[in-house]
Amino acid sequence: MTADQGIRWVAKPTVFALCLTPVAWHVWLLFTGGLGANPIEATNRFCGEWALRFLLVALAVTPVRELFGWSALARFRRMMGLFAFFYVFLHLSSYVVLDQFFHWPSIWEDIVKRNYITVGMVSFVLLLPLAVTSTKGWVKRLGGRAWKRLHRLVFPAAVLAVVHFYMMVRVDTREPLIYGAILALLLAVRSIGPLRRRLSRRRRKPAERPAVV
Amino acid sequence: MLIKFAKPSDVKPSEITPLSAYLDRRRFMKTAAVTGAGAALLPLLPNGASAAAKFDDLAKSPYSTDEELTSFMSVTSYNNFYEFGPGKSDPIKNSKDFKPQPWSIAVDGHCANPGTYAYEDIIRPHKLEERIYRLRCVEAWSMVIPWVGIPLADVLKRFEPASTAKYVAFETVLRPEEMPAQKTRLLDWPYVEGLRMDEAMHPLTLLAIGLYGQEMPNQNGAPIRLVVPWKYGFKSIKSIVRISFVENEPPTTWNKSAPQEYGFYSNVNPNKDHPRWSQRRERRIGEFLRRETLMFNGYAEEVAHLYEGMDLNTQY
Repeated sequence: MTADQGIRWVAKPTVFALCLTPVAWHVWLLFTGGLGANPIEATNRFCGEWALRFLLVALAVTPVRELFGWSALARFRRMMGLFAFFYVFLHLSSYVVLDQFFHWPSIWEDIVKRNYITVGMVSFVLLLPLAVTSTKGWVKRLGGRAWKRLHRLVFPAAVLAVVHFYMMVRVDTREPLIYGAILALLLAVRSIGPLRRRLSRRRRKPAERPAVV
Repeated sequence: MLIKFAKPSDVKPSEITPLSAYLDRRRFMKTAAVTGAGAALLPLLPNGASAAAKFDDLAKSPYSTDEELTSFMSVTSYNNFYEFGPGKSDPIKNSKDFKPQPWSIAVDGHCANPGTYAYEDIIRPHKLEERIYRLRCVEAWSMVIPWVGIPLADVLKRFEPASTAKYVAFETVLRPEEMPAQKTRLLDWPYVEGLRMDEAMHPLTLLAIGLYGQEMPNQNGAPIRLVVPWKYGFKSIKSIVRISFVENEPPTTWNKSAPQEYGFYSNVNPNKDHPRWSQRRERRIGEFLRRETLMFNGYAEEVAHLYEGMDLNTQY
């Protein structure tokens, strides 16, 4: 089996299954009474936290690949991004279905009046086109450059997701601050590459000039 | 003469185990065993489930609701008691080392009989009652809990408050060694709360020492706590060590923490939103669909007159 086949037929399905284990575990707890007195709140919280975690994992793929030279990681980026969206979608569904049970007036009021829900909803809206255009067909249709520019929306979406969590908890801010710190680190690592390129370009310029002359 | 409200044929509150509680218990044990976490979870059993002393001969109260009780399991495992941590399951996990006995309460301020009173001396002269109240948390969930206690008014009267006493201030015990979150700056410890004199003397206001016919579990505010059923749960201060009769509105912990979110009165009011969520509907623990929140948590008939002429939108 070649390395390519290994990724395609072994690594990818394994990772895919691993990404679903949180759901399996949660469903297990749900049916065995392990979620405590308020299973709806627990479900909401669970989906939200895993959405944030997968968002961070998806954002970590490229920096980790570049840092360690693991080029094969690139093949997992879309899967991680889509799993992030999958958990975001579960989170939103659990709010609409379990928490509010389609009580649209309340939901609309929440979106308009509660800042943390507004922020969360904006984050979802930013992620939606990214999930839709995740296929190879869409990359072709948009062209690589436009596709890449569109998918930079993941950065504001991730920032808003952390802000959403922070605004919700208010008193015990430890968890959202940890996510915020990881996100900040990932964004910082990403900006090193372009920054270095820009710096080296500037340094190269004086040397290039004589060559032109 | 001893006035006995309960007939011998009456079912004792301690005998009432709703089916849901029974099922919850079995389900809990099953989970514990199946997940292999049995050993880890067993110590989490509410202390009331095993060895807590039971109260017999509790007087029934016309103030009790006949709504379905929230299961003992839920009442004792889903708590807000920030001294033991901010999570709902922190209190049951972190309160095992808390020692509710011996206990005493300092009484001071504008009254004729200040002093430090032993827990037993506070309770002994009174007939214990069972009060089944709705509890509405400010976080938009609710429960129905069978408390054991005595009307606060009966206790306060013994201290003979002066006419200058306009408010009653309460304070929770400060024991960072037994209450781990008191070592953090989550809130401004010790927890303090207060009521206006007429609210404190209202017959619904209860000084509770137990629930489900047994001693108050640590995670619910052992050994003695307030229950003010028409106000959001955080007004019902737990593990009380000080009662002060004061002239001016006393500071309250959540108001100090977030004044725009939590007022002094904090009456249950579906028309006054919390800045971060609606108070119009609530989730009764154990139910799927939310229910409408009632003004004063359904106790409007009893307490609305206390707030006549007040703008409840600004004085929340």
